[in-house]
Amino acid sequence: MENDQIDKIIEKHQSDASSLIQILLEIQRENRWLPKDAIERVGERLEVPLSRIQHIVTFYKAFNLLPKGRHEIHICTGTACHVRGAPRLLDSVQDLTGIKPGETDMDMKFSLETVGCVGCCALGPVMVIDGKYHGKMGPSKSEDVLKNYE
Amino acid sequence: MSEILLQIDGKEVKASEGMTIYEAAKSAGIFIPTLCHHEKLTPYGACRVCTVELETAGRTRLVAACVYPVERNMVVRTRSVKVGKTRKVILEELLAHAPDSEDLRRLAREYGADADRFEKEPAFCILCGLCVRYCAEIKQKYAVGFSDRGPRREIIFIPEVASKACWDCKECFELCPTSYAQAAYVLTEALAFPDRASASAPEE
Amino acid sequence: MPRIKSPAELEEFRKGILSKRDPQKPCIAVCTGTGCIALGAAEVVAALREEIKKQGLGAEVDVKVDIRETGCPGFCEQGPVIVIYPEEICYLQVKPDDAKEIIAETILAKKVIDRLLYVDPVSKEKSIRESDVPFYKNQTRLLIGNNIKLDPKSIEDYLAVGGYTALVKALAGMKPEQVLDVVKDSNIRGRGGAGFPAGKKWEFARNSPGDTKYVVVNADEGDPGAFMDRALLEGNPHAVLEGLLIGAYAIGAHEGFLYVRQEYPLAVDNVTIAIRAAEDLGLLGKNILGSGFDFSVKVHRGAGAFVCGEETALLRSLEGKPGEPVARPPYPAVKGLWNKPTNINNVETWANIPLIINKGSKFFTSIGTEKSKGTKIFSLVGKVKNTGLVEVPMGITLRDIIYKVGGGIPGEKKFKAVQTGGPSGGCIPEEYLDMSVDFDELAKVGAIMGSGGMIVMDEDTCMVDVARYFLNFLSDESCGKCTPCREGIRQMLKILTNISQGKGKEGDVELLETLAETTRDASLCALGGSAPNPVLSTIRYFKDEYDAHIKDKKCPAFVCKELISFYIDPDKCSACMICLRKCPVDAIIGGKKQIHVIDQEKCTNCGTCFEVCPSRFGAVRRLSGEPVPAPIPEEARNLAGESK
Repeated sequence: MENDQIDKIIEKHQSDASSLIQILLEIQRENRWLPKDAIERVGERLEVPLSRIQHIVTFYKAFNLLPKGRHEIHICTGTACHVRGAPRLLDSVQDLTGIKPGETDMDMKFSLETVGCVGCCALGPVMVIDGKYHGKMGPSKSEDVLKNYE
Repeated sequence: MSEILLQIDGKEVKASEGMTIYEAAKSAGIFIPTLCHHEKLTPYGACRVCTVELETAGRTRLVAACVYPVERNMVVRTRSVKVGKTRKVILEELLAHAPDSEDLRRLAREYGADADRFEKEPAFCILCGLCVRYCAEIKQKYAVGFSDRGPRREIIFIPEVASKACWDCKECFELCPTSYAQAAYVLTEALAFPDRASASAPEE
Repeated sequence: MPRIKSPAELEEFRKGILSKRDPQKPCIAVCTGTGCIALGAAEVVAALREEIKKQGLGAEVDVKVDIRETGCPGFCEQGPVIVIYPEEICYLQVKPDDAKEIIAETILAKKVIDRLLYVDPVSKEKSIRESDVPFYKNQTRLLIGNNIKLDPKSIEDYLAVGGYTALVKALAGMKPEQVLDVVKDSNIRGRGGAGFPAGKKWEFARNSPGDTKYVVVNADEGDPGAFMDRALLEGNPHAVLEGLLIGAYAIGAHEGFLYVRQEYPLAVDNVTIAIRAAEDLGLLGKNILGSGFDFSVKVHRGAGAFVCGEETALLRSLEGKPGEPVARPPYPAVKGLWNKPTNINNVETWANIPLIINKGSKFFTSIGTEKSKGTKIFSLVGKVKNTGLVEVPMGITLRDIIYKVGGGIPGEKKFKAVQTGGPSGGCIPEEYLDMSVDFDELAKVGAIMGSGGMIVMDEDTCMVDVARYFLNFLSDESCGKCTPCREGIRQMLKILTNISQGKGKEGDVELLETLAETTRDASLCALGGSAPNPVLSTIRYFKDEYDAHIKDKKCPAFVCKELISFYIDPDKCSACMICLRKCPVDAIIGGKKQIHVIDQEKCTNCGTCFEVCPSRFGAVRRLSGEPVPAPIPEEARNLAGESK
């Protein structure tokens, strides 16, 4: 990501250090992950020590410090999904993709994450791929869904 | 500053507004153990070894003495059965990570804490945050910080900053109750700026 | 849009909106909340619009039917949900293919389409109107009932249902102290979890010295399995803003913040649109309605940390720092955001304020129990027929919520427990189903109200696994600052994981209790303070399940993977090949007309075979705490010649 793009986002927030989290979220929305250069740029411009930004980007779960695959799979592990079999769904998606939550496969095809609750408890267990919700998932159904992604 | 009267371990103690229970107790010669407390730093309330029993309006609960402000007519017990039990469990939890820490072992003997109660997971750091806070609040160098959260929380030196800021300071090593701060620094140095490691001070 | 400068002008503006609206004109309200969207509501809306055009109702100037995209009315289980006005006909599980018929039959021919109505599973009776559906009929929907009546992106819709009348009443007719008194008299307790009286909290902030004060909406709804705050913010953002404005007026704050978790993108969008609209109209900004009162609001997105629901952590996060709680006192009412007096309430609390101001404290205190007033929205999920959002008066019994509103347990399973209060809540067993639900009664049985999550569990739920699940969640979400929370949860989770893997030993339960006590009593914030609840409540009511896991190495609910095995009953297997093909690790031996056998060495207990075995055979069995029978000899596996 180019510095002037980053600067634009920072200026939108009046270079206010209390908007640090909002600025990082916006950079990530544009770039899908937070490269080290971007983090350093933000630190410099807002005059926030790197150690504090480091803490923030590792403390909040939304931040990605590594590039993401073409498709982002989110498995809901909320309570309603859990009691309806989310752990088995997660196991099977891990087997099918060969990656664990937080990882991206070698072909940069899939990234896998778990999410606390997406609030679609009526559809549990839920798997969200690139923002599209797939409800009432079981191990064998998930295989059929994943096949559709290239 | 108005004067506040409270009772600690049955003793009438005079304190002034804005003082913590820890400070009030100390001024009255009552010792409360601490790990994350440092008089030059903002009270932090993380290790909870300074837990005491507080009675207000007939209600009893545990609070951290190093951060809890004194109030009129408080009744504080620093050595009740409940306090002892709580400190013991906290020490045992910390000993699983830093079994060799002299500070911890001394307290463990006092509270009968069993260093082997929990499976060892030596991370050597007990996350008291003294190094992080000292570096930020006193030295204002921000060379060391926290990373991640929950059980994955750790301290890390930021190589870019540490390579410039630490070589003539290293004051956090002395504060560390487990000597992990030094180990973490040496590791960062070896991995990120080994050239600096060989020279004890830059030639200028 | 004109900037409105006085209460009279606002009433004029409202009249203008109403005069343009014909209550007899057909309007199709489609829920486009996150749940219904996931079920295809956007496609339904598109199909309806298409049909309106096709069937000649959508001429440019005189559209004969309106479509309103609304927030969530709560009945997620049966989504996409649509309600057709003025008759209030409620259709459920609507598909895009139904659009043609809906326009032709219901809108044009004024006929009800039977197959889209709610059918009572027991009496087979059909309900036409929304208010006749048992799920809705047994609720008291003071807050969430408005969702289907308005488009959350339209401030005109909110004004049309009487929006901002409470603000006018407060600003034009009441002193801040009077507003405070009404809220205090209403006895409303905070809906975020702890149930602290909101009026008292406001009073502390009001009486704290200082000119700069802040008000904050806590919309960091992090409890897994809870989504009532999202539904309110998504579906009726102006109600929350109106409540916040009134609170700010009473407290003397001129700046407010909405802290919304970024996992709720639609809520962030809708509330941002609502703020813009209110600013344009002059309901936010300087000299609101000519009262001299100034107020502005900013939206701050949370970045994924459950602990930020704790108010001191939320404030640190608003300041752009890691969300680590700090010790109280001093309370935020004295020293909050940037050390200024700050009042934080949860979304549902703020949404109740316009109602209290409009209808008075007496109305509010007439609902509920002695110490818990008003209604509460619960998110009823898990093993229950009618998953969704449920708004009921405080004091209703658990049984009424789960059976009357929720329709009971699906699949003729047996009820085991209901978990209330989110990850730090407790599991309540069957014997307490007739207790009345309020802040204090729930606390008595070791649970909490929390923000209103209610997860129903049946006989297939393992209570050790549930405790382990919540501790795992909390371990992930603990900020890690203080020892009792970070280390206590770590050790409890280790023990629970061991127990669920068959490695539990005598004394584990006692050690869990010791750790739980220290974590509860010595932690810095409420996350640690309540983290042991799921452990303690499951030990209290389901000790037998712990014993089964520890002593007999048995998981009675067949959940804990390490303690179960799968076995194909040779007498029932019809050699249909389904499980054999679906097994992800090729652990099933067999073939056409060859009875299938599971290779226990290869099997990973994923449960796929159990899931796919057709129910008419039901050949796959789960075993726990008993040996797997030896496979039948190969020569006996041949089914050829038998007719099945």
